[in-house]
Amino acid sequence: MNDLTTVVDWSRWQFALTAIYHWLFVPLTLGLSVLVAIMESLYLKTKSEKWLQATKFWMRLFGINFAIGVATGIILEFEFGTNWSNYSWFVGDIFGAPLAIEGILAFFMESTFVAVMFFGWNKVSPRFHLASTWLTAIGASISALWILVANAWMQYPVGMEFDPAQMRNVMDNFWDLFSGIAVNKFFHAVFSGWALAGVFVIGVSCWFLWKKRNQEFALLSIKSGAWFGLAGLLLTMYTGDGSAVEVTKHQPMKLAAMEGLYHGTEGQGFTAFAILNPEKDWNNDEDEYIFEIAIPKMLSILGRHDANAFIPGVTDIIEGRDIINGDTVNTVSYAERIERGKLAQAALRNYDIAMENGDSAAMNVAKADLQKNFQYFGYGYFDDVKEAIPPIGVTFWTFRIMCYLGGYFLLFFVVILFLVYRTRLMERATWIQWIAMASVPLMWVCSEAGWAVAEVGRQPWTVQDLLPTKAAISEIPASSVIITFWLFALVFTVLLVAEVSIMCRQISKESKKNLSPNKA
Amino acid sequence: METIKKIWIFYRDGFREMTVGKTLWMIILLKLFIFFVVIKLLFFPNLLSRDYDTDADRANHVRKELTK
Repeated sequence: MNDLTTVVDWSRWQFALTAIYHWLFVPLTLGLSVLVAIMESLYLKTKSEKWLQATKFWMRLFGINFAIGVATGIILEFEFGTNWSNYSWFVGDIFGAPLAIEGILAFFMESTFVAVMFFGWNKVSPRFHLASTWLTAIGASISALWILVANAWMQYPVGMEFDPAQMRNVMDNFWDLFSGIAVNKFFHAVFSGWALAGVFVIGVSCWFLWKKRNQEFALLSIKSGAWFGLAGLLLTMYTGDGSAVEVTKHQPMKLAAMEGLYHGTEGQGFTAFAILNPEKDWNNDEDEYIFEIAIPKMLSILGRHDANAFIPGVTDIIEGRDIINGDTVNTVSYAERIERGKLAQAALRNYDIAMENGDSAAMNVAKADLQKNFQYFGYGYFDDVKEAIPPIGVTFWTFRIMCYLGGYFLLFFVVILFLVYRTRLMERATWIQWIAMASVPLMWVCSEAGWAVAEVGRQPWTVQDLLPTKAAISEIPASSVIITFWLFALVFTVLLVAEVSIMCRQISKESKKNLSPNKA
Repeated sequence: METIKKIWIFYRDGFREMTVGKTLWMIILLKLFIFFVVIKLLFFPNLLSRDYDTDADRANHVRKELTK
């Protein structure tokens, strides 16, 4: 393995580690903040002490998660500047602007309203306190919006023009950044946070039931968590459907990888379960699956909202084949994309020479040549079309883990809602309490799997079609990335252990207090 | 001036009355120290800012990198 491959791989692993760790905290912050705001609103409306106790209890757990998670995302920005300096420069203000807005907004909203949330009880008016709680929740979601807008641009780069003199993409329409991919991605992520918070609240409350402590409080929390989580999950599924349509349109290779699909058909089935054939490659005749259970036509319905639509597989995309309204259509094959990418790079090289010679006429010619083929710029880095295929196995399985667990949690919320309104059943059914507690980490697995589908499925691109990881990387020694990878692994593990232990201690401590005032 | 004093007292009393919050603040401060002083300064320089003085130089470097 040469040093470039090593640096690229370790930098990718390091980025993945940091993002996975950061994402442990974010969805709980997004979801729990809204649930707490709803509880406080109910308290203000009903003046019932039970809602006040519930608000304060879950707000404290929100605070612990918030405190441990805060600033963990900043490391990703460090990595951009060191490991991915070509990328950082190339993306220009398109990426920088949303991140800067996020940083400023997060700082001001969080430092102001989080403080009022925690310090303001009995010091500010109840309405102002409630407004602060809501603004904290809204602020967290708006922060996520900017991050996901930036991420969506990497998956579907729009609203910019590449300037070879600055070597950056220059934003020409800010509103284009709010593409269908960005909007679906944002709502999908935020609502999945609601579902995650719902499962978390149910799991913790079931521990209360199992310990036979504050059962009234626990049942109230379970009802709140289950309705909130169910709403979040249904909305996650709805926006997931929107995401599938966008991915089919703009990232067909990712969709093909999610399905392990090489040769698409009209009325393509959705693979509910399969064992992928490891011998399968885009250009051989091996079967895609060793074993498969498919739902007929479902992928066409999901991807194009048309039961008979054609969904291209990896081989179709590489060879440039699509079928629209029953007619076979030639799209740009990957071989041609590579050729045009190399032409774009040659034009950029000519631009560079012309610039050094101060020859503005030659610069204009080179710039025009570059613009003609710029949409395939990144393919010029590949020598073989195979390099443009994402890791099929990881994408396929993480997508299935997300879907299976999504289905499980739908059933979970329904069962919990059925039981919780039969109070005695819920209090006595220790098996469901244990399932609920065990489901908490599963929800995180589901959430992280969703992230992995989005990010692994778009490989090898940092910016879709324009910049693959191997070009985005800095010229740095692999050893430094390996050292910091393990350093992060250590720091993150220590912080995670601290979070879990503080959270568990706090839950245990609070559970011994009287959180059900009517039962005093 | 009165408003600033009120805000100061609000934060001061808030921090004083914290229970689990004190541990959390210790963790936050330690974390920020590790992130910004140890990790950022020792391991994560912004390479283009460190190695080049002007945007034109940075652009030239990236152009050479992306076309070599």
